[in-house]
Amino acid sequence: MNDLADLQPKPTLWELFTAFVRIGVLTFGGGVAMLPMLEKECIEKHQWATEDEMMDYFAVGQCTPGVIAVNTATFIGYKTRGTVGGIVATLGVVFPSFAIIVAMASVLKMFQDNVYVMKAFSGIRVAVCALMLSAVLRLAKKAVTNIPTAVVAVVSFALQVFLGVSPVYIVIGGIAIGLAVFACGKGKGEAQ
Amino acid sequence: MIYLGLFWEFFKVGLFAVGGGMATIPFLMDMSVRTGWFTTSELADMIAVSESTPGPMGVNMATYVGYETAGILGALSSTIGLIAPSVVIILVIARLLLKFHENPLVKTTFSYLRPAVIGLISYALYEVARLTFIDTDGPMALPCIACILMLAAMHKFKNIHPVVWIGLGAVFGLVFL
Repeated sequence: MNDLADLQPKPTLWELFTAFVRIGVLTFGGGVAMLPMLEKECIEKHQWATEDEMMDYFAVGQCTPGVIAVNTATFIGYKTRGTVGGIVATLGVVFPSFAIIVAMASVLKMFQDNVYVMKAFSGIRVAVCALMLSAVLRLAKKAVTNIPTAVVAVVSFALQVFLGVSPVYIVIGGIAIGLAVFACGKGKGEAQ
Repeated sequence: MIYLGLFWEFFKVGLFAVGGGMATIPFLMDMSVRTGWFTTSELADMIAVSESTPGPMGVNMATYVGYETAGILGALSSTIGLIAPSVVIILVIARLLLKFHENPLVKTTFSYLRPAVIGLISYALYEVARLTFIDTDGPMALPCIACILMLAAMHKFKNIHPVVWIGLGAVFGLVFL
């Protein structure tokens, strides 16, 4: 039974592919920088996933091998159109990188030292910061609902900034806390 | 055959590099020493190019290294090699997660995993922000003001596509930075 998935409109494979091409083109920097684009295309425009699901996919993507953008694309593709959807969305997110680098490999090194390109990229980074900040605020409103979850978020951030703890351990820690809370709730006979 | 070699080498990177683009770099260093396909200084150039072209960095790296080593078929082999393991692993996990997402144990676990992810994303933001506002040769106050203004505008005009903000960012960079 999966009523939730049935309620959401099923995209065509082409819609899935083009949405992820757009996400791939607009991802500057690492996988997390694609978050604002993912939100726009997959949550606001198409309702293929909820914000909670998106965070779950990110968590899984952080602690499984491979590129996070690819992991997230496979997840959303699979959820909406099964295995073929997973593969199509992944090819979509990879396609722009592939095309741009193959088409421009010989001139990329020249571009990289060009003063105007550098200026434009400094400006793009400012926009990316604002986009990411806006995404973090929106997601935090959903995920941080009480004091324990706020503590988890702050400790997770602090462990990385001050101790350089790897994201893998952060995710494992989050899972451990969740399991412990569930076990305690069970012990006291509380319904979650 | 070089194509099979590239596929296999990047398949291993895709299987073992946990945590995204930056995590692939140590594997590529090792690859350059073992195979001699590219030197460490060429690798430094490749990293810089991958960081400043759109798309996920790990994919950019694989495509670029493959292309420089063995042309377009090389790029294809290494990119497919890189993504193959994660696609298979995620398809398996996605199947399980969608099956069990209503399970109370899974629900509780994810309700504590999500704030941990907020911490992870905030840290990624912190790194980008440091690069943008502090470790920069240019002015510091101007980008800060621009960022705050953009954030306020985003809050007001929610339906504007991110590409518009990225375009505005590029124009701002060309004019003021």
